[in-house]
Amino acid sequence: MNTLARRIVGSIPVIVGISFLIFLLMHIAPGDPVSLLLGDDATPADVERTRHEWGLDKPLLVQYWDFLSRAVTGDFGRSLKFNESVMKLIGERLPATLELAFVSLCIAIMIAVPLGVYSAIKHNSFLDHAGMSVALIGVSLPNFWLGIMLIYFLGGQLNLLPVAGRIEYGIEIKTITGLYLLDSLVAGNFPAFWSALQHLLMPAFTLGSALAAIVTRISRSSVLEVMRQDYVTTARAKGLSERTVIWRHILRNALITIVTILGLQLGALLSGSVITETVFSYPGIGDLLIQSISARDYKLTQVLILMFAVTYFVVNLLVDLLYSWIDPRITF
Amino acid sequence: MSWLRYFKVLVGGAILLLLCVCGVAAPLLAPRDPQAQTLEDRLRPPRWTENGSAAYFLGTDNLGRDMLSRIIYGSRISLMVGAATVIFAGFVGCSLGAIAGYFGRTADDVVSKISEIFLAFPFLLIAIAIMAFLGQGVGNLIMALMLSRWVQYCRVVRGEVLSLKERDFVTAAKALGGRDFYVLFRHVMPNTFASVTVIATFGMAIVIITEASLSFLGLGVPVHIPTWGSMLSEGRSYINRAPWLTIFPGLAIFITVFGINLLGDGLRDIFDPKLRRQR
Repeated sequence: MNTLARRIVGSIPVIVGISFLIFLLMHIAPGDPVSLLLGDDATPADVERTRHEWGLDKPLLVQYWDFLSRAVTGDFGRSLKFNESVMKLIGERLPATLELAFVSLCIAIMIAVPLGVYSAIKHNSFLDHAGMSVALIGVSLPNFWLGIMLIYFLGGQLNLLPVAGRIEYGIEIKTITGLYLLDSLVAGNFPAFWSALQHLLMPAFTLGSALAAIVTRISRSSVLEVMRQDYVTTARAKGLSERTVIWRHILRNALITIVTILGLQLGALLSGSVITETVFSYPGIGDLLIQSISARDYKLTQVLILMFAVTYFVVNLLVDLLYSWIDPRITF
Repeated sequence: MSWLRYFKVLVGGAILLLLCVCGVAAPLLAPRDPQAQTLEDRLRPPRWTENGSAAYFLGTDNLGRDMLSRIIYGSRISLMVGAATVIFAGFVGCSLGAIAGYFGRTADDVVSKISEIFLAFPFLLIAIAIMAFLGQGVGNLIMALMLSRWVQYCRVVRGEVLSLKERDFVTAAKALGGRDFYVLFRHVMPNTFASVTVIATFGMAIVIITEASLSFLGLGVPVHIPTWGSMLSEGRSYINRAPWLTIFPGLAIFITVFGINLLGDGLRDIFDPKLRRQR
């Protein structure tokens, strides 16, 4: 069996385990979820009817089997808070979160990789210590506080950027993929592109800052590690210029680790979006999760958590496979 | 630069100590009752600003409660949740990791599969999921954070034990008649102390930020208990009128987490010979 097939088969018990844990959560919750959702005004008959509709009157394992079957077919029923199909709600919100995660990743790369590489090349210099101090500050900053401070200074005091939403009210955008930046570019709608970009900058910077801090530190240690390899000494001994040694021999090898870490952090970005989207009232999956929790829409909460976990798991799996493809010395 | 390592440990340790003092001696240090409302003094700015009052050093919130006292009392929750989570998660994670690494076979298979399931969730998501279903409460919060963090200890300890159990001193201890659990906990586990200390330190910083994040989302401790995260969440509505309501609790979280990360960085530099060479 090849690597891909082995990894996919090996991941099935893990995904079943994840789904079982998420399924169990609703059943260990104190109180009856139906009574909590329907409130005090609901009659016992209403509660009973809803329990039957949700299948909560069936044995636990039968309920889990139903949950799993629905998950496989993508039929999660309707959200009780929004009175819409769960898949439709997710489909509407997912592109916003993906767009936010992608722009955050770009911001993190633009800040972190040059800073980390430069710190390593000039290691033990003042700039190295300054760069690492900035990274330590970045790791320690609670991103929801950073978001609020950006809203206060850039949005409130300087009035430079919009503080909430995805696009300015009144600007029409023809949705193709749901990714506003891409859709507006394809349609040649530059006012919409500019507005979407402005709305993305603060949340993306907030979400990307913690990642940038982590990647800066990893880039630095990865470059330092490569700089001590024999082939780098050989390259210098051959008389190659320092520029060639850095670009062709050090960076290319150090990038393997950096790319891997970036891929692994993509999953973490998706979960980090829960807080960032709440701070900026950004209409993505994270914001939807918090709304479903507040409304005690347990079914929607369950599906969203399952979706986050499976996405995170699949991204990690793909990165693992990518890793062995980039560096053939690594096998599973 | 060896002095830098000790400098980091000293500064980070001092900040952590300050947090501990604030938490333990909160009733003595706080100038007022953190819950006492003085509605005529609501939204007072900090003392040094225009309209600031000498009675309220960091100003008051929308219900006229003293910000300084609330921040001091808020350190209690951060400290308690951080310490309890590190202890419980460390205990569970280290024990399972040690058993999996030392005994291998079925024990390792079972622990590794459970770890994989927990590793498949981003830790913030585990905490959000558990709090969403269990509801607010300090006990639930500690449990949620513990369940999201134990796996880090488990993975590292398992890896270290796997390598340590092949070493000569372990063979010697067994040859002298030491039973498995005795050898594991008396000879092997003490050698994982350095790694566990470093993970615990960084773990505490992560737990404090996660606790603040959950309280900010309304999923942490009950609203009547002052925490830095819930103060930030309440202050957000007044960001343009009273920015001090969000600036000071955020600074408290930042300084605490920065101090603990600094301590962790310093400890890692001291314990890790590979990093020592890099410097």
